[in-house]
Amino acid sequence: MDKVIIADNLSLSYSNDEAIINKVNFSVNSGSFVFITGASGSGKSTLLKSLYGALKPAQGSLIVGGVELSSVSRSKLNFLRRHIGIVFQDYKLVKEWTIEKNIMLPLIINGYEKNVTKNQVDSLLKHVRLKHQSGKYPQELSGGEQQRVAMARALSHNPILILADEPTGNLDDYSSGLIWSLLEGANTQLNTTVIVVTHHIPQTMNIDYKHFHIEYGSIHEVN
Amino acid sequence: MKSIKNHFSLVIALVSILFSIQVFTIVDRSIVAYKDKLASNYSVVVVAQFKIENEKMKSLNSLIADVIELSPDSVIKRLNTKMDKKNIELLKVTLPKFYKLKLTHFPSPNEIDNLTKGLLQNASITKVENFAHNHDTTYKFLLLFKDVISVFSITVFIVTILLILKELRIWQFMHNERMSIMGLFGAPIWLRSAVLFRLSIVDAIIASILTFILFSYLSSSQWILEQFNNIGIEVVVFDNIIDFSILFGVAISLSILLASLIVIGHKEEV
Repeated sequence: MDKVIIADNLSLSYSNDEAIINKVNFSVNSGSFVFITGASGSGKSTLLKSLYGALKPAQGSLIVGGVELSSVSRSKLNFLRRHIGIVFQDYKLVKEWTIEKNIMLPLIINGYEKNVTKNQVDSLLKHVRLKHQSGKYPQELSGGEQQRVAMARALSHNPILILADEPTGNLDDYSSGLIWSLLEGANTQLNTTVIVVTHHIPQTMNIDYKHFHIEYGSIHEVN
Repeated sequence: MKSIKNHFSLVIALVSILFSIQVFTIVDRSIVAYKDKLASNYSVVVVAQFKIENEKMKSLNSLIADVIELSPDSVIKRLNTKMDKKNIELLKVTLPKFYKLKLTHFPSPNEIDNLTKGLLQNASITKVENFAHNHDTTYKFLLLFKDVISVFSITVFIVTILLILKELRIWQFMHNERMSIMGLFGAPIWLRSAVLFRLSIVDAIIASILTFILFSYLSSSQWILEQFNNIGIEVVVFDNIIDFSILFGVAISLSILLASLIVIGHKEEV
């Protein structure tokens, strides 16, 4: 099975500080569903940041989608990011754009044709139950609704990898359930690799998944 | 509403810069026109013992555009003597020759000085009257007027640039988040900054159009034309093609510079 992520002796740190992630080795197979857990400040989000190239490895090697991130060029990083869908804890929606345009963003960047973009966005808005709110702006929506928009945006361009940073952190049960079912759907139906950083793995997961736990800068697989 | 307010700030700042540039241009044109007018009225009087040919006189200094020999009749008339015709003719021959020199342009005090010295080197020329005091006062007044307008324009320009820099910080704050989010999804730099460049170019176009309307109105204003008529000069207040092209070019260049500074100063959020 192809590996989407290969970390070899990987250390991560901010500037010259002490390593948050220290010489870890792990890999993720294509099409797998992975949870990364750990206490607050253990380095879960830092590890996720490194997976989309927002933080360069301080030491070791990190290969995502065949791209070595320790020495990646800006254009190659942009190319990689075009094939990744990211869901942030704070949503990161563009405030001055409607939710429809926010969902369109990865499709525009990837150069999809207008009619394809329109159909895809309509379909995703139905999936996240926000069709009736398409013309609204992010600040007009609740936190749960905004996260559903962010989820739709992450899925819009059928990425090879979805990275989600505590996607249901502050959400109500309804929105949380919807987010988990969308992530499961992407994994099972589109064979998208999904990596979720979270404090708690939901009890309702209906699929096989891998579980990594981060503690004291080390990562280990939980069986 | 907030977005319109931000647009408005940049448009006003750009209009102020374009306004000061055009005012400076009008003042410069007025001074040139006034200098031409002064040059046509200004002349130097030369007294020579013997007749000097026009071409020879012109060759003494490149500033000399034309030489007019003054008739001695008026001088003799003023003497009002009861001389007979023969003596008058004799007097005409013995009187020194008077010449009025027209110059190519209104000279600076230095040019006047050099011209006077140059003419006096000719053995035949005994006196050069350049009306230096009057000339000097007028010339210095013109320079002072130009300097005052230059200082005014430069001050407006600096204040407006400071306003634009302040505007730049607001824009940086406004656009930074969107550019960062686009970057997280792999948007190349040109796509991330496209909105910014589009907005700044639109603002430059709006500012140019507003300035065009303002100066088109002023150039047809009777009051403005009367002011120029009163000092006897004709000035093009606003050339629809040349002036508009210059102002539009300045507005576009400044806006693109502003947008580029934001793009260069953009720091990616992580």
